[in-house]
Amino acid sequence: MRSATDAPPPAGPGDGTGGPGGAGGAGGPEGDGQPAVASRGATNARWVWRQAWPVLLTLGVVLVIWAIISATGAVSTSSLPSPATVWSTFWRLVRDGTIPTATAKTVLRLVVAFGIALVVGTLLGIGLSASSLARRSIGSLVVALRAVPPIAWLPLAAVWFGLNEKAVVFVAIVGGFPSVTLATSNSLRQVPPLLHRAGQTLGAHGWTLYRSIVFPAAVPGYVGGIQLAWGYCWWSLLAGELVTHAARAVGLGQELVRSQRQDQAAEVIAILLVIIAIGMVVDLVIFGLIDRRLRVRRGLTLR
Amino acid sequence: MNTDEDTPVPVGQAPHRRWGQVGESGVMYPLPPEVAAPKLSFLRVSKTYLSARGEPVQAVADVTFDVAPGEFVCILGPSGCGKTTVLNILAGLVQPTSGEALMDGKPIPPASPDRAMLFQEPALFPWQSIRGNVEFALKLIGVPAGERADRAMTWLSKVHLTRFADARPHELSAGMRQRAALARALACDPQVLLADEPFGSLDAQARELLQDELQRVWAENRKTFVFVTHNVREAVFLADRVLLMSAPPGRFLEEQRIRTPRPRNYEDVLIAKVVADIHEHLVEEVDKVVAREIGH
Repeated sequence: MRSATDAPPPAGPGDGTGGPGGAGGAGGPEGDGQPAVASRGATNARWVWRQAWPVLLTLGVVLVIWAIISATGAVSTSSLPSPATVWSTFWRLVRDGTIPTATAKTVLRLVVAFGIALVVGTLLGIGLSASSLARRSIGSLVVALRAVPPIAWLPLAAVWFGLNEKAVVFVAIVGGFPSVTLATSNSLRQVPPLLHRAGQTLGAHGWTLYRSIVFPAAVPGYVGGIQLAWGYCWWSLLAGELVTHAARAVGLGQELVRSQRQDQAAEVIAILLVIIAIGMVVDLVIFGLIDRRLRVRRGLTLR
Repeated sequence: MNTDEDTPVPVGQAPHRRWGQVGESGVMYPLPPEVAAPKLSFLRVSKTYLSARGEPVQAVADVTFDVAPGEFVCILGPSGCGKTTVLNILAGLVQPTSGEALMDGKPIPPASPDRAMLFQEPALFPWQSIRGNVEFALKLIGVPAGERADRAMTWLSKVHLTRFADARPHELSAGMRQRAALARALACDPQVLLADEPFGSLDAQARELLQDELQRVWAENRKTFVFVTHNVREAVFLADRVLLMSAPPGRFLEEQRIRTPRPRNYEDVLIAKVVADIHEHLVEEVDKVVAREIGH
């Protein structure tokens, strides 16, 4: 019937790069096309590649410049080893188990610390969003925590736990959880009142309202905040490892200091590259995929 | 056309006038044959808010009216006249400062699915499909999981959205989203429907389509309906009775019974006449609002 004139705006493929799904916009003469269900043909793998190639290209350019500098001899090879030297050093450290062991240790600490920061921070954030008294009291404490550079907690942590793994993880938790708390509280409080009211008139109250409407509505803001929080957690963890290099449980930070003590610039750079790689995987791949999924599903992408 | 009920009645001057009651002058107001007891009623309801600066702002002043079961009432008035406040009180989202707001003779309970609400924005949940939105509402009123899909699709087909059941809200046009919200509201089989300018943000064409569709769907089971709008034609087209509200703070100025048989269409001469009448009154009120805003 007449509702045909009320068809949705012409649908393009969800990825916006003019992929093969262009038929959506060319429906009937009255725009009577299929709903603009984003063509899921753009698989995650393809998406990762589209995100990855500019990154790889940039890294390639940096690599070339680096190779040229070290080849001209402008900087001594003991300060800036050639890419080839770093590459062979990297493989040596991989084969002798140094990098795998250290990476596993550090990543495990990250998972534990960020996991605890997520749980504590999220619960605290939910509490803060629910009560203005809690925001003014406990909330101000959380803000106070954020004023202290996380690594400045290490001396205290060392007194409590000794200069060991526990202290490092403690510093990483303290580095991450205040940001998680604020991200949770802010994202929950930014849920449009309209959705609250809509939920209430549909019969959702109390916990049901939160679980089925407020939490899902807050997810995009929450994920954005969590992405920053993981970064703080990661920096705090590495800073902690650098300072607790005497500890026996060896992570990437401790390996950095050891290489520096032995004046092994190639090893230092190789380990730095591992740290960079971990950061890029978490930010670009893990958070990138979550972010993309949210945007596609909720229509937050710009065409 | 010129019976007693068709002439404008200044509602504000007879705040206690109720159908079937004896007024102060000893005159008993006639009880319309189809009306037993009002479904909804406001008795001298006022609502005062605190503004952001902490000053009291009166949104609604001393409003009295009844809505009979199965009646379609449109509340019409200039912007800012407290129409939305009236609706929010009916929905149970806002408490009146004074006076009584009743449903079936009892104080209006907190928001619940027995009073479905259509907002100016469709208020669909963006993380669910259109069907998901309807099924979610059904789940909240306790419909068993096995029946939800069928019931959701039945209502989506009534608003011509079958093909778009699995689309997400952002993939639909504004008019389709509002139709989905209508399906979600009706699927819960509410006793009362409340609508707050639901077609206000639509273009003229989509708006007429939706009014037509709303009239058709409503006529199937005639739920009590309170529909707020600032569009005179819309009000006259849809309503059994139009209540005109004054410039803020909102009071009721007059009521008009619309006797045009249903289904109605826009070309109807009677509708055009009533629209012209009401329009004159409304323009006066809008002028007052504008004069006040400029005066400040």
